[in-house]
Amino acid sequence: MYNAGKIIIGIIIFVGLVTFPFIFAGGKATAKPDPKIDTPEILKMPENERKCVESKSFMKKEHMQLLNDWRDWVVRDGNTIYTNAEGKTFNMSLQNTCMKCHSNKKKFCDECHNYTAVKPYCWDCHIAPKEKES
Amino acid sequence: MSINRREFLKMAGITTILGIGGVSAVQGVRNRVEASQASRAPEALTAKRWAMVVDMSKFKSEEDYQKCINACHLSHNVPHITDNPKHEIKWLWTETYEHAFPGNEDKYRAERFQHMPFLMLCNHCENPPCVRVCPTQATFKRKSDGIVMMDMHRCIGCRFCMAGCPYGARSFNYKDPRPYIDGSKENLEFPTRMKGVVEKCTLCYERLAKGLQPACVEVSNGALIFGDLEDPNSAVRKVLSERFTIRRKPELGTGTSVYYII
Repeated sequence: MYNAGKIIIGIIIFVGLVTFPFIFAGGKATAKPDPKIDTPEILKMPENERKCVESKSFMKKEHMQLLNDWRDWVVRDGNTIYTNAEGKTFNMSLQNTCMKCHSNKKKFCDECHNYTAVKPYCWDCHIAPKEKES
Repeated sequence: MSINRREFLKMAGITTILGIGGVSAVQGVRNRVEASQASRAPEALTAKRWAMVVDMSKFKSEEDYQKCINACHLSHNVPHITDNPKHEIKWLWTETYEHAFPGNEDKYRAERFQHMPFLMLCNHCENPPCVRVCPTQATFKRKSDGIVMMDMHRCIGCRFCMAGCPYGARSFNYKDPRPYIDGSKENLEFPTRMKGVVEKCTLCYERLAKGLQPACVEVSNGALIFGDLEDPNSAVRKVLSERFTIRRKPELGTGTSVYYII
């Protein structure tokens, strides 16, 4: 093999660079996000009324689509009342409906958004609930 | 393994059918919400076309103007920027006669009219030039009640609308407005704006949806009259049929919805 020394050193450096992130993290995965829904506002509600606008699985999967639709219906069409699958009605508002119950933006929104590295721009304009620094 | 053309076409056909079926099955599982789930609040105030009459005879002191301006700016988290007049954000503001009604000046007109401040707001035009020039439809005329609305989510800050508006009703956020909003007086029910968007009076669409009059009208003690321009029995039409009123720059054909009693 020509230039064996240079090639082997090159390979060692390459392998080192590629495996660096794994070795540096110590082979452990980042902690799974653990969003909390135990705000005082939610705990105050009677057990059987502790339901979000739609089912938990729907909200997990489709909350961004729901918020997008809500925004268009309120701002562009002027409709403010949402009727859910069970026939219950809600005022469509991120600030005045969602965050009134989920008053823990840091543990509810940011927890997963940071983990998945999505940066929604909601809070550039919408005022986040005032949280105590913990 | 060799394959003849006939077998290839059969297989391709079956896979296509399975593929189409698969996609529709997945979409069937995805549960979407429907526009029919949204409705108007029963207590909401509705009109074909909202309009306002400004009765200047009822504005006696500086305080009368300030009362309306404060009510508006506090309920909409409008920043109070004083360090650079070009960065000022105005939803409701005052202007001199010559600026409000240019081309109507007369040097022999009574002194008090020359220097009287006139209360200005977005005119919610019938043919809004700002809406025509907006490239993203961030500003649009609401079909249901004629309000010229702003969708801040869509605004890209190109400022075409500011060039288009003949009334100077639009303000651009040259910097982050949040530091200029008094935290203790902040309205937590209404959003702020961010750097790089244009804002203006929205005729309190959020209050109308709750069945309330616009904030400025509520505190004006009858100096501002609000109602449906297309309803002959509305408060606005009653005033218009009895008193002499003028509008700003009617020659432009924008069809403004704000009338002034001098």
